[in-house]
Amino acid sequence: MSDVSQPVAHPPVTDWVNDFDHTDPQWTEDPFPIWEEMRTASPVVHTKRFLGCYMPTTYEAVREIANDTEHFSSRRIIVRDVRPEVARNAAPPITSDPPVHKPAKQLLLPPFTPDAMKKLEPRMRAICNELIDGFIADGKVDAAARYSKYVPVRAIAHMLGIPESDSDLFINWIHMVLELGIKDESKLLQAVQEMSAYFGAHIEQRKTNPTDDLISYLMNARDKEGNPLEDSHVLGSLRLLLIAGIDTTWSAIGSSLWHLAKTPADRERLIAEPGLMPIAVEELLRAYSPVTMAREVVKDTTISGCPVKAGNMVLLSFPAANRDPTVFPDADKVVIDRRENRHAAFGLGIHRCVGSNLARMEMQVALEEWLKRIPDFRLDPAGTVTWSQGTVRGPRQLPFLLGKAM
Amino acid sequence: MTERLRVHVDPDKCQGHARCKALAPELFELDEFGNAHEAGDGTVPPGLEDKAWLAKANCPEIAIDVIEE
Repeated sequence: MSDVSQPVAHPPVTDWVNDFDHTDPQWTEDPFPIWEEMRTASPVVHTKRFLGCYMPTTYEAVREIANDTEHFSSRRIIVRDVRPEVARNAAPPITSDPPVHKPAKQLLLPPFTPDAMKKLEPRMRAICNELIDGFIADGKVDAAARYSKYVPVRAIAHMLGIPESDSDLFINWIHMVLELGIKDESKLLQAVQEMSAYFGAHIEQRKTNPTDDLISYLMNARDKEGNPLEDSHVLGSLRLLLIAGIDTTWSAIGSSLWHLAKTPADRERLIAEPGLMPIAVEELLRAYSPVTMAREVVKDTTISGCPVKAGNMVLLSFPAANRDPTVFPDADKVVIDRRENRHAAFGLGIHRCVGSNLARMEMQVALEEWLKRIPDFRLDPAGTVTWSQGTVRGPRQLPFLLGKAM
Repeated sequence: MTERLRVHVDPDKCQGHARCKALAPELFELDEFGNAHEAGDGTVPPGLEDKAWLAKANCPEIAIDVIEE
């Protein structure tokens, strides 16, 4: 706590291959040509920024790193200007390495199976329609602020058993951890403390009044020896579920609506062929994967022929892997009925996103309900689309005009 | 005459993406953690061959084998 670093402005990037920066405004606005340039130069590139960081640029190099837990640790999973001390039980299992990873992961998996998600689907459809009711008569909406944001917030609040009305509190913590916290450590620490206090109070309540939700589920979980989880483990996993469950899917739904606003042909096809939606969701996840993770190199090794040195971070860009043209023909094009699509939007290897089934259900329901109620919409030329910076990419302002163009 | 196909999920590679279950629900089952295994002995009933190949092509972990017998 003593020497929290102060945020420092980053100089603009002029050499993407040797000096990349995923917080640069050009990257935030349109990263795809940047990734193409980097991929053409090398399967692994490096920057001296962020105290030293690599980025694999090909699908294969991303896969190699994701599957190599010996050389690449998950103890740090966000590339920041600083390397805050590693906390035990920071956010298990996403911050865990083998062998402690597996039991922590298996604990979280049963509540997130596809069957468990089916039970949530009716509530999700109702939430989407309540949100649409709130703006459909206006003829215009910021779909990021009024729709794509609140679908996952309310879903995860519902699952955790915390009030959906606290949504704006959660969104502020996420902004502090994932965006402001890249350059300002004090914001990160403040958010972690506030989240721990918030969940601590909910845990206390459940000690006398147990509930049927994920908080009680984690409190009642037992390890192999029959012991309850440490309080810090329960808190870490709750912080993870809150952070990982919200702006990720917010981004994915927002990017999908942004694409559909600009692409009437895909919209019309999905309305005419509703059965195509699951395939379309996968393609939108591929083309606009929101989540970039990170690893810390703990032992020297070689990736796709490139030497990689311990002490550096790795920006593990699943979104860049998903634009690799050697794996996905027409990688920069949204092919709404792409049938072969082994995209890595939810990661590869042991850290596959615990919430992938939830995210898929939310995306499918959110897009279906939107298209049923609002088959015609387009970007509002009087407004500006803005994108989030850093680890999770998606629209944060998404001004639409609703209805047929006059 | 078409060959008989059998599908097999490598349990050490499967990470529970559940793409196979979504694309070929007749051929795969999920356990309590959401990890996949082949239904029964993995034999692909006639008419479902395309789904077997589709599941293999969409597995991000390359965990599915389609065996031609």
